[in-house]
Amino acid sequence: MIEFQDLHKAFDGKQVLQGLSLAIRDAETVCIIGYSGTGKSVALKHIVGLLHPDAGDVIVDGQAVSTLDRDGLTELRQGIGYVFQFAALFDSLTVAENLALGLRRRGLGEEEIEERVREALALVDLSGTGEQMPAELSGGMRKRVGIARAIALRPRYILYDEPTTGLDPVTSAVIDRLMVRTREHLGVTGVVVTHDMRSAYTVGDRIAMLYEGRIRQVGSVEEIQGTEDPVVRQFIEGRAE
Amino acid sequence: MIQAIGRHAVSSVEAVGRVGHFLSDMLRALPDVRTWARPTIVQMRRVGVDSLPVALFIAAFTGVVLALQASYTFTGAVPLYFVGTLVGKTMMLELGPVLAGLALAGRVGASMAAELGTMKVTEQVDALETLAYDPQSYLVLPRVLAGTLMFPVIVAFAIATGIVTGWLTSLALLNLSTPDFIKGLKLFYQFKDIWFGLLKSASFGFTITLIGCIVGLSTRGGAEGVGRSTTHAVVYSAILILVLDAFWAVVLL
Repeated sequence: MIEFQDLHKAFDGKQVLQGLSLAIRDAETVCIIGYSGTGKSVALKHIVGLLHPDAGDVIVDGQAVSTLDRDGLTELRQGIGYVFQFAALFDSLTVAENLALGLRRRGLGEEEIEERVREALALVDLSGTGEQMPAELSGGMRKRVGIARAIALRPRYILYDEPTTGLDPVTSAVIDRLMVRTREHLGVTGVVVTHDMRSAYTVGDRIAMLYEGRIRQVGSVEEIQGTEDPVVRQFIEGRAE
Repeated sequence: MIQAIGRHAVSSVEAVGRVGHFLSDMLRALPDVRTWARPTIVQMRRVGVDSLPVALFIAAFTGVVLALQASYTFTGAVPLYFVGTLVGKTMMLELGPVLAGLALAGRVGASMAAELGTMKVTEQVDALETLAYDPQSYLVLPRVLAGTLMFPVIVAFAIATGIVTGWLTSLALLNLSTPDFIKGLKLFYQFKDIWFGLLKSASFGFTITLIGCIVGLSTRGGAEGVGRSTTHAVVYSAILILVLDAFWAVVLL
């Protein structure tokens, strides 16, 4: 279980998170939606300790992330897969090496690494691309490799940062299907940061809207679709006013 | 005015603090041999083998110029075999390490700052951390170790090249015989000449790669930030090479 507890974070005096509280239960996928620049990605980075909170904390499996030392963080991160907005593939490594890097860190043997890389690439329909360099791939393929890199670790949690941003509708649908498939096949808990409502409705068990640094509303897809909160309504309907 | 001086002083102290913090993080990563051993070999090849042509090219022409300038200065007043002394001493003590250091600050320091800066702004460094790697072990230590170990090797080749081209120039253009050149070369030679130059070059290698890593990993703001980091890495490295050069001269000579 992941729990944001009254999380506060400011950058250069600008308050981004102002008391974010949200609990994500095991085996569910929660989509965090909200306007650009409201701190969705910032919230996600707190889960893996990439950012340190000014106040409050994130509790993962009963451990307060901000209190963990480097060894504690390493152990925590071994159970979490992170899919970055622009995939963040290592451009000096091949696709297969990108996937193998995290597995090697976990001390797996070369045979098992090869097997897991093959499996993960097959799951994202990219079998046969292992020897290609990231620069040779399209945007959608890079995102799928990013997902494969997370899946290969067989994590308990997968965090997706804007997985469909910048993709055409068809590729977005492919990524959405992939996220659903990942949850169904591997039973992992997912946190998806997005402002793509079609994606949120497809992959989310629950949707939480982040507004002015805290959660404005959280509920099931149906609850969010039927909301009477004017701020949430305006956002999900994509109205200018 | 006073405010500006104060701000500058505070930011300088902060910068020193950041370097200290960075160094302590790097030392803490040392026991993680399993992570840094393999990338260190890769970096040693990149820093060493790939930088060698530039360093040798500079050293070759420096040797030629040193021999000719020595002969021009000595004419009539000092025996010509002192050309060997001047070429040998100058290459070993000063020009070999410093010119190679300045050239490699541009080549190695800039490329490390650009590479790590790009990794930083494209979230590859964050990705590395989420895969449970310590960037200090995987990115910084291999580069700094490679720089510290390979710079003396490069400089040793550069010194040898400079002396050889100085000797060939003396033979071809100054009518100086090989025995005379060697006589001059041996005249005031001390073993310290060698280790002093190599120690200096190790400290240059350490500094250039450390600055490249620090500046690269603190890059912010996309392509423009990467460009800024690259320039900063070269400028800071060049300044520190000259400061270190003076420091070693004061301390060891």
